[in-house]
Amino acid sequence: MLIRVTRDPLVSQQAIDAVASPRAGAINVFLGVVRDNNLGREVRYLDYEAYPSMAEKVMREIAEESIRKFGFEDVAVLHRTGKLEIGETSLLIAVSSGHRVESFEGGHWLVNEIKKRVPVWKKEVWADGESWIEGPESLGIQAPGQR
Amino acid sequence: MDGMEITVLLFASVADRLGTRRLALDVPEEATVATARDLLLERFPAIEPFLPNLLYALDEEYVRVTQPLTQGATLALIPPVSGG
Repeated sequence: MLIRVTRDPLVSQQAIDAVASPRAGAINVFLGVVRDNNLGREVRYLDYEAYPSMAEKVMREIAEESIRKFGFEDVAVLHRTGKLEIGETSLLIAVSSGHRVESFEGGHWLVNEIKKRVPVWKKEVWADGESWIEGPESLGIQAPGQR
Repeated sequence: MDGMEITVLLFASVADRLGTRRLALDVPEEATVATARDLLLERFPAIEPFLPNLLYALDEEYVRVTQPLTQGATLALIPPVSGG
């Protein structure tokens, strides 16, 4: 399992190599990339901040949960922090599984859980200002025991 | 012993608003996360509008506000996350 929060550029091959398994019939890769617009505003770049040690811990918990839930062979989750230009990869996920169906379903589940639970924040920087984006996907989160 | 010291970590909008990302906080014996939250509000009234949306992590684990604090613990104030 490869779990990492890093300021370095994310290279998809690294995640693919990390999850490769002779038992896998499918490797599914997801890239979250920086878009040049949000809610009708032109975005110049994004600045990501993380609570790195806790972010890696929560990413690992979610990855382990996904292995139990979807029977993956292996999982890689990498999140980049710092200044990211348009088109750069902020989130890199790869899962390997026996068959493709679980890899799509479980991969989608993984992305959703990461966006809900991992302590990472993005700041949008526009031509005329900037703002932290907080939620709304995380607003549904509940304290432990309520899940 | 009369009290404990904990470390408080702040992130994103809350860190920007308070102008710091890390501070030490003295809390009484038997303090909970809620005690620390109330002490922070006294010291930094500007934090008030953020409180309804904050989650709390104690030593890197999401906890409820009723969770007791321990000497030397790290309490993180977690605004709604927006990774991905």
